[in-house]
Amino acid sequence: MTHFLLNGEPVDIDVEEDTPLLWVLRDNIGLTGTKFGCGIGLCGACSVHLDGETVRSCQTPVGDVSGKQVTTIEGLTREDLHPVQQAWVEGNVPQCGYCQSGQIMSAAALLAENPDPSDADIDLAMSGNICRCGTYGRIRSAIHRAAELMSEQTDVVQHFDPDDPLVRRVS
Amino acid sequence: MSGVEITRRKFLVGSTTAVGGLALGISFTGQKVEALPNVTDGALQPNAWLQIRPDNKIVFQLDKTEMGQGVIASMPAILAEELEVDPRDMVVELAPVHGDFQDPMQMTGGSSSTRTRWDVLRETGAKARTMLIAAAAAKWEVPLDQCVAREGRIHLTGSDRSATYGELANDAAKLPIPKEVSFKNPADYRYVGKPLRRVDSIAKSTGTAEFGLDVRVPDALTAVVLRNPHFGGPIDSFDTTEAEEMPGVTNILQISAGIAVVADTYWHARKAADKVTVAWNKGPLEHVSSDWIRSTWEEQAKQEGKSVRSDGEGMQGLDLAADVTTAVYEVPYLAHATMEPMNTTARVTPDSIEVWSPNQGPQIVQSLVADALDVPLDQVTVYSTLMGGGFGRRGIPDYAVDPVEISKALGQPVKVVWSREDDMRHDYYRPATYNLLKAGVDDRGKVQTWTHRIVAPSIMATLIPTMSVMAPQWMPDWLTTLLVRGAGSLMKTRDASSHEGAGDHPYQIDNIEVEHVYFDPGIPLGFWRSVGHSQNAFVIESFIDELAYKAKEDPYEFRRRLLAGNDRLLTVLNLAAEKAAWGTVKDGISEGIAIHESFGSVVAEVAEVSVDNNKIKVERVVCVVDCGLAVNPDIVKAQMESGIVFGLTAALKGEININEGSVVESNFHDYKMLRMNESPKIEVYIIPHDDKPTGVGEPGTPPIAPAVANAVYAATGQRIRRLPLRLS
Ligand code: FES
Ligand code: FES
Repeated sequence: MTHFLLNGEPVDIDVEEDTPLLWVLRDNIGLTGTKFGCGIGLCGACSVHLDGETVRSCQTPVGDVSGKQVTTIEGLTREDLHPVQQAWVEGNVPQCGYCQSGQIMSAAALLAENPDPSDADIDLAMSGNICRCGTYGRIRSAIHRAAELMSEQTDVVQHFDPDDPLVRRVS
Repeated sequence: MSGVEITRRKFLVGSTTAVGGLALGISFTGQKVEALPNVTDGALQPNAWLQIRPDNKIVFQLDKTEMGQGVIASMPAILAEELEVDPRDMVVELAPVHGDFQDPMQMTGGSSSTRTRWDVLRETGAKARTMLIAAAAAKWEVPLDQCVAREGRIHLTGSDRSATYGELANDAAKLPIPKEVSFKNPADYRYVGKPLRRVDSIAKSTGTAEFGLDVRVPDALTAVVLRNPHFGGPIDSFDTTEAEEMPGVTNILQISAGIAVVADTYWHARKAADKVTVAWNKGPLEHVSSDWIRSTWEEQAKQEGKSVRSDGEGMQGLDLAADVTTAVYEVPYLAHATMEPMNTTARVTPDSIEVWSPNQGPQIVQSLVADALDVPLDQVTVYSTLMGGGFGRRGIPDYAVDPVEISKALGQPVKVVWSREDDMRHDYYRPATYNLLKAGVDDRGKVQTWTHRIVAPSIMATLIPTMSVMAPQWMPDWLTTLLVRGAGSLMKTRDASSHEGAGDHPYQIDNIEVEHVYFDPGIPLGFWRSVGHSQNAFVIESFIDELAYKAKEDPYEFRRRLLAGNDRLLTVLNLAAEKAAWGTVKDGISEGIAIHESFGSVVAEVAEVSVDNNKIKVERVVCVVDCGLAVNPDIVKAQMESGIVFGLTAALKGEININEGSVVESNFHDYKMLRMNESPKIEVYIIPHDDKPTGVGEPGTPPIAPAVANAVYAATGQRIRRLPLRLS
């Protein structure tokens, strides 16, 4: 039995301890915002925060998160969008969107540590995240924009609508 | 199958209209009229695309599937403009398979969505607007010209009176659909031509957008499939004893594609699959390796091919030349490597088959599944999901069949998930090709002859057997076989995808001969973003550059001279040179230029490159595109950026190698992707137009490889004629 905090809520999970956190999130818990891209730590699609640091959940055995705090893309959005998400929407960043959960998690961790990153800082922090659609330029601009939004402490205007028709679930 | 089972489908055998090629023009049309999708009582539904419901929901059926290219934003905007409603207020549904969406197949590719939907979507919007106005005029007993449509309401001019479209829908639905309608003046456009935000950005930035891999059907099991890495090879033997003991495993069974390991979760299935021991037969392609292909190419290139273009004296022009330049260009196989690996979920019950699949061709999914289970098409319901990238890969949805076979065998819903390794090694690859070029120059230094012999397979010839399942079900098997065989052999020499962009290059040269030598090593082939253009632009635009240097002329000026009179291309080329300040670069930077027309659009790119320790870094790319009317300029820009990064990834890194008839590469450590730190600054300029739209999803890709190769030559004096670009 592994116990950890997932997006602020306690979770007890009974799976083999070597199961990657990625699959525990997706298959056992049903949080599918964290994506599977390569399974070997090379694409960043599965990025989540472990005690505030970005980790690749496909390379993180669930046993290792015992007693720790895990934040996924779902945990980043409360009532309102996180400034990084806000900047992403403003900048029309996502194309297919598949890599973007991971990109946003990496960007949010970067900004938490470095509120005003340079292009070089961004390159360093973001180079583990592949975007096959080539949204790198927009990601770079959006990170600068998110830094601005965070420093302004602006009221976030964009509300998240759980009834968005794109959020289609099978019942 | 009964002889009267006709569904309303149209299909052109061997048609590649959706992917840029040649169509044979054999079509089969059934007669049954289908119900429109999702009919609601009292709704105005002039056709399958649009529904205005009495509750004022305006529902748009997106018949093209969304893989990142932005049809989810641009197509509704076209209809909304004429309907006079904000497209962001419409509800977009990912459409089911429906006869109205088949032209001739319901698929998404060939950068064709916006250009082929432009007319019908405008008409639909205008017709609905006309009907709503007529309904309002009748209701208020006023002349038509006193009713104006604006922002989802009909207003009575000179009064406060208005009604929502929903309130008028029921009345409007009773009116005849007008045959003729008037369109808005483009000067009055409010949504088309404007950089509207994408409607899917929030879902895609919050992890809530549902991709194929995220579909959760109650009680579904997860399966992984072990496939023979050697193409076409059977299984000699396998042992599942150990795997069956693994936690979570429910079943292990053989299916058409290989050995399916089924478990409660992906991880359990994957771990158990690792314990299956299989002896794979090396199959019919055991002799095929990258080295074998390259040496065979040289032999093949000695023979004459089928001429696809012959101008002036053709090949004979070389005999009259004062000097002949010869070059050989080669490109490798490439994988698509969409971020989301292939997957599909299926629920097969005795009376229905449901399939949730990220795909570029719902009708192809339906046909493949119906064929695999030998059931009528209308038993198969396909739900298209968002896709984590497509790039042509998901136009061949072979992956949709596996979960259907498994679900049928187990009587339980099943999701099949491919690993990255499965995805890389079981793709339908961009063909590898070999190109022998010769240019003759006369005694005044003018290029008078151009010959190009392309040694390449044919994508269509390899795909047609798969596609035979698309033939109508009333067609007797012998006729299908005959047509497929006939079409298949015809394709070997007629498939334009082998020479598109090469046979029709725009440079004015008196004698031109372009030939295709058909040679197919047998590796599965598919449509890879920009298809034949992806390799042919590299070949043409690099060789033109060689000839410019040979003539001691500036590569930009040289192109201008050979394009004289071609205003569309010159406008694009000139603007690219102007925006890049061609001819002036900083120290340590070199520039290269290329231009290419594909999918109805023209794109020129200037690449600024630095070379350090034999390492090529692309610092900046200036891109100019003429894509007709830019329906959403920000999406056009995004597609150019995307196409450039995609093409640059291939130019600098992309190579699929073959050994014993199997793919060597397996994941992102050996099939590398361009990353943030390597991605150039990209500037995009769009030539303004009021005209119709042309393609944008693919045309950004072809010019980047030659633009970079040409810049590398300018920097180093090394002419690299083989992709990926490697300096020695
Ligand atoms: S899936 Fe974890 S890094 Fe790619
Ligand atoms: S948006 Fe498609 S992979 Fe990044």
